[in-house]
Amino acid sequence: MVASLKIQDLHVSVEGLPILRGVSLEVRQGEIHALMGPNGSGKSTLAYTLVGHPKYEITQGSIEIDGKPLNELDACERARLGLFLAFQYPIVIPGVKVADFLRHAITNIRNPDRKEGEGLIPMREFRKELKAMMDELGMDSEFARRYLNEGFSGGEKKRMEILQLAMLKPRFAVLDETDSGLDSDAVRVVSEGLRKLSGPQMGVLIITHHERLLEYNVPQFTHVMLAGKIVETGDASLARELHNEGYSKVRLRHPEEAAEEAARASGRSSEANRTAEPASV
Amino acid sequence: MATDLSSSTSDDLGIGEYQYGFHDSTDNYTFKSRKGLDREIVEQISAMKKEPAWMRDFRLEAYDIFLSKPMPTWGGDLSHLNFQDIHYYMKASDRQEQSWDDVPDDIRKTYDRLGIPEAEKKYLAGVKAQYESEVVYGSLQEDLAKKGVVFTDTDSAIRDYPELVREHFGTVIPSFDNKFAALNSAVWSGGSFIYVPKGVEIEFPLQAYFRINSENMGQFERTLIIVDEGASVHYVEGCTAPTYSSESLHSAVVEIIVKRNARCRYTTIQNWSNNVYNLVTKRAMAYGNALMEWVDGNLGSQLTMKYPAIYLMEPGARGETLSIAFAGKGQHQDAGAKMVHCAPNTSSRIVSKSISKAGGRASYRGLVKVEPHATNCKSNVVCDALILDAESRSDTYPYIEIEQEHVAIEHEASVSKIAEEQLLYLMSRGLTEAEASAMIVTGFIEPLVKELPMEYAVEMNRLIELQMEGSVG
Repeated sequence: MVASLKIQDLHVSVEGLPILRGVSLEVRQGEIHALMGPNGSGKSTLAYTLVGHPKYEITQGSIEIDGKPLNELDACERARLGLFLAFQYPIVIPGVKVADFLRHAITNIRNPDRKEGEGLIPMREFRKELKAMMDELGMDSEFARRYLNEGFSGGEKKRMEILQLAMLKPRFAVLDETDSGLDSDAVRVVSEGLRKLSGPQMGVLIITHHERLLEYNVPQFTHVMLAGKIVETGDASLARELHNEGYSKVRLRHPEEAAEEAARASGRSSEANRTAEPASV
Repeated sequence: MATDLSSSTSDDLGIGEYQYGFHDSTDNYTFKSRKGLDREIVEQISAMKKEPAWMRDFRLEAYDIFLSKPMPTWGGDLSHLNFQDIHYYMKASDRQEQSWDDVPDDIRKTYDRLGIPEAEKKYLAGVKAQYESEVVYGSLQEDLAKKGVVFTDTDSAIRDYPELVREHFGTVIPSFDNKFAALNSAVWSGGSFIYVPKGVEIEFPLQAYFRINSENMGQFERTLIIVDEGASVHYVEGCTAPTYSSESLHSAVVEIIVKRNARCRYTTIQNWSNNVYNLVTKRAMAYGNALMEWVDGNLGSQLTMKYPAIYLMEPGARGETLSIAFAGKGQHQDAGAKMVHCAPNTSSRIVSKSISKAGGRASYRGLVKVEPHATNCKSNVVCDALILDAESRSDTYPYIEIEQEHVAIEHEASVSKIAEEQLLYLMSRGLTEAEASAMIVTGFIEPLVKELPMEYAVEMNRLIELQMEGSVG
């Protein structure tokens, strides 16, 4: 049976300020969805809310995987249900080797009922798998011995996210601006990596305001977000249109949300949006 | 004697992390001094040991010094430490054995549980096991003994190597150095004596393991290490105790002399139970081009006050202290290092990493001192503190005394909290909050742990993980 990630009428506040105002979206395994929208429209808020960032408070609505509600689950439990977020700003964990971290993560994800302290997956098996995956993604195996994201370039960080995605094999992957801040070569590497990984077992939600990632991973659905709501849904051609023409037509078609966007930009909500992005990158 | 397994989990004190809280019966002890300290007790200890007169006089003089010194009012809270509520000398077994099979059953089982005989087989060049006041087991690889290496307990050393001991004993840390050095000098028992002859390099570590078993016990081992010119040694000590509701006291003195071109590394993995006051004086003197390293891991005890010192006595001497402190619930780790540059062209480095959680308090207290004639010295001090929650505390007390213009001193300090984003990131990959916190802490101390031999690095990480267990409510 095909599983689905279902978001219904989701309202989210950050430090008391409402950011999302009723988002509904369903991603099934095997589908690729694009989520686009101008800065501050709430795309990253949706990503952090999905993954379970404690700062993002769901005030109304629900998130479900396969009918199981996620609202009350922490990030770890959500990951074990098969949800993955490729972070826009991957976090540095000093002193923790990529391989040690991944071995631990994979053990937990593959054996969700594992108790703390039980054994990890065998080292040899793990190393072999990691090496094969790094080869496939064109990554130097030296990466495995480096400390997680410490001293990584922007492109290296994004590739590390893709490697984690590849190793953890989630049922649902959310990619938050995985293509931003990268040169075109790096975008190609990341995009090709994702194309290799996605398939009938994975539902993908790509958050972007470019469409380069989408050239390699053509979405069946494109959603446009404005001022905390999904205002339009179309196919791949909508993504192309937005890329070529920007959001002015969307704003004209949705004057109420455009007015809210302008109000946020002029003051009250813009601050909350900024805190939505971690200061330590 | 029967091992009391019922107390092995020590859950009653709410510190389920501590694995070594079990104890043996004390009924069959050979000797147990009455509680309290006076001149008679000091004389009794000396008489029990059949010591020469000079040592007896040394003890009695130290006892007077101990009485004359006030309790320190800085560092940790010593107001609950009652010197009259402690047994100063306990002997569990008649003699020291060379085979584990000959060690009394209960005691041997205790060391089995601590993994000492196994470690000895795998990667140690020699072992001393001190149980209460006396060393109950000792071994040294034969080839090292043939090369003239001495690894014995300090009591035996007074009998067997009287000149060597008398020449150096109390020269690095005199009795009047501080109140607890005086106390140790008065009532000391056990500890290791090591002599490494000129040019002998010992490849594998020598290890001593200190175990307190009784309630209200005072353990006062006295260690003296002499590394002769061009020689090298790595000495490791570990320590544990049962968990009791009343306090025990561990107050050691460790004196080290590292002669020209010699190397000494002294690694401590201190894991006393949370009812032990750990008040230790450790000091090394490093001569021309010698290298002295302290690797000091403090995970246990109620209060530790310990600042391993290195006096850089001649040009080219180097000193390095790597300090890891973990202060959990009800613990205060007041730890650090002292570097005293007494000669030109000497260099020192201090790296301190402390972690505090669940209301624990970790303090770094350090001194870098440069004497007037010590030109062209270099010193680098880095202290990083990680605070895991709002109840816990970290302090830094760096003292720098420089009486010389031509020096290069660097000091960096940082205090950080586990960022919400770090936890979220790791948890979003399927780690529980506790696993994520433990991983962040392990990463934090990784730069120090990787300096340890593998077996000890594994042990250190395991202990940190145990400390972290149950840390998330």
